[in-house]
Amino acid sequence: MKITKQEVLHVANLARLDVDKVLIDKFAGQIGTILEYVDILKSVETQGVTPTSHAIFLTNAFREDDEKQSLDGDLALSNAPEKEDGNFIVPKVINS
Amino acid sequence: MKLYELTIKKAHMLLKKKEISSRELTRAVLDRIDAVEKHVGAYITLDSEMALAQAKIADKEISQGNILPLTGIPMAIKDLMCTKGLRTTCASRILENFVPPYDATVVKKLKTQGAVIVGKSNMDEFAMGSSNEHSALKLTRNPWDLTRIPGGSSGGSAAAVAADMCIGSLGSDTGGSIRQPASHCGVVGMKPTYGRVSRFGLVAFASSLDQIGPLTKDVTDCAMVMNVISGYDSADSTSVPEDVPDYTSFLENDLKGMVVGIPKEYSAGKGLDPDVSDAVKNAVEKIQGMGAGCVEISLPHTEHAVAAYYVIAPSEASSNLARYDGVKYGYRDKTKENLMEMYKSTRSRGFGPEVQRRIILGTYSLSAGYYDAYYGKASQVRTLIIEDFKKAFEICDVILSPVAPTPAFKIGEMVDDPLTMYLSDIFTLSANLAGIPGISVPCGFSSKGLPIGLQIMAKHFDEGKLIKIAYNFEQATNFHKKKPNL
Repeated sequence: MKITKQEVLHVANLARLDVDKVLIDKFAGQIGTILEYVDILKSVETQGVTPTSHAIFLTNAFREDDEKQSLDGDLALSNAPEKEDGNFIVPKVINS
Repeated sequence: MKLYELTIKKAHMLLKKKEISSRELTRAVLDRIDAVEKHVGAYITLDSEMALAQAKIADKEISQGNILPLTGIPMAIKDLMCTKGLRTTCASRILENFVPPYDATVVKKLKTQGAVIVGKSNMDEFAMGSSNEHSALKLTRNPWDLTRIPGGSSGGSAAAVAADMCIGSLGSDTGGSIRQPASHCGVVGMKPTYGRVSRFGLVAFASSLDQIGPLTKDVTDCAMVMNVISGYDSADSTSVPEDVPDYTSFLENDLKGMVVGIPKEYSAGKGLDPDVSDAVKNAVEKIQGMGAGCVEISLPHTEHAVAAYYVIAPSEASSNLARYDGVKYGYRDKTKENLMEMYKSTRSRGFGPEVQRRIILGTYSLSAGYYDAYYGKASQVRTLIIEDFKKAFEICDVILSPVAPTPAFKIGEMVDDPLTMYLSDIFTLSANLAGIPGISVPCGFSSKGLPIGLQIMAKHFDEGKLIKIAYNFEQATNFHKKKPNL
């Protein structure tokens, strides 16, 4: 097995996912198969090859730091699941 | 001819001559949707009232002599481009009720033209898939055979064009998501050069690979839509400040001096269906017969491209999709009282299995101890794939290949076998890794009557050559004129 159930659980936790218990075995198997396939990359000689993260020749895009129109506050909050006085509401972070 | 069967070009001519109104055209398309949507299932959201209101405005403009190429033309938009005030779901539970407060740049451009937005078309959830089966909200069927998939992820956009449920549409392509459904549905689909079309307001899947493009009934329409959506946008820092030619100027009958390249690795591809192989071979001969030269080329890292892609795309996705946390917009599990539990429950209930699978795969590839072996290695192989194309384009203008190894497969056939589904992207995803443009144009039918597409790829910003070759091929064939029986 290329990836164990425990590793899937660990990575799922890093990604803030609470994977359904019935799915864990299936995921471990499927992701394992994909990772085994991906191993063909190991056969490619890449010593000294510069990695690419962006396929078009373009360096940083700068512009003048001008004031521009942006979304109105109410509109920006219009899809918030919970809001109050122009703020997003989230469950308690620190337990008292 | 029924009004809904019109191409953009023909509809534009009739609108201009005032032989039809946009309201008549839009009504005809809406009636067509009423008649066939129950079979095809192309749309997630329809807004006929809004469409007719837009058509009325278009008619007023036209009556005053103000007509642009897309004025009054009913269009479908893949449901991952933000439409102000119109629900944009990404075919996901997590965005099921999301109503964007702004328009994507491409949507703004269509609206500025006076185009009519009929609705939002179905897709694989967050554009992750090649069949539309990963949509959490809807099942789309192939108009040519309702037991088969329309392709994906822009399956709804392709099916809507093929079934005349819109006059043209927009899709997005991260690994073949415009070209493959175009091929499976018998329509024209173009993925432009990375940076050619603004991604502002496009919900991100893999930011270094995503690109918006048109799905249309023919190559002329493709050029017309490209003229509208292309160009630099200061709101997208990866859009390229490069002049946009008039793409309709490439619609001319002359292939002399053009050289087409045939990758030897592609013809030897495992699992290539004989009908697809024959159709593509015939297309290459036809294009040669029209005066183009032909050379064999080599893309030695073709097989590694699939592996590199399925590391890079999920890695970028895992990072992009971190924003869905139930705080700012989208679904939230309101039963959880602690923040961490809320995040996890929201995301697990909001994302479907394929999205969760890719987030886990991507997070794993980027995590400490595995980064070098997976993401780092794949990014180096990406460089080698780009080098392969550079070398190939030293001796040819465009590359010809199949779009997909088989015609559209049956619904349910591959849904539990992600790797096999991923491998079916072998001919298309290299273009995304290299950022080059590609087009799918109808080039035949299988023995079962399913459409087959020819892929043409070119250098960065050489969309004109794609349009030229595709147009010449289209003029010499009738595949694009055949319609599915619905």
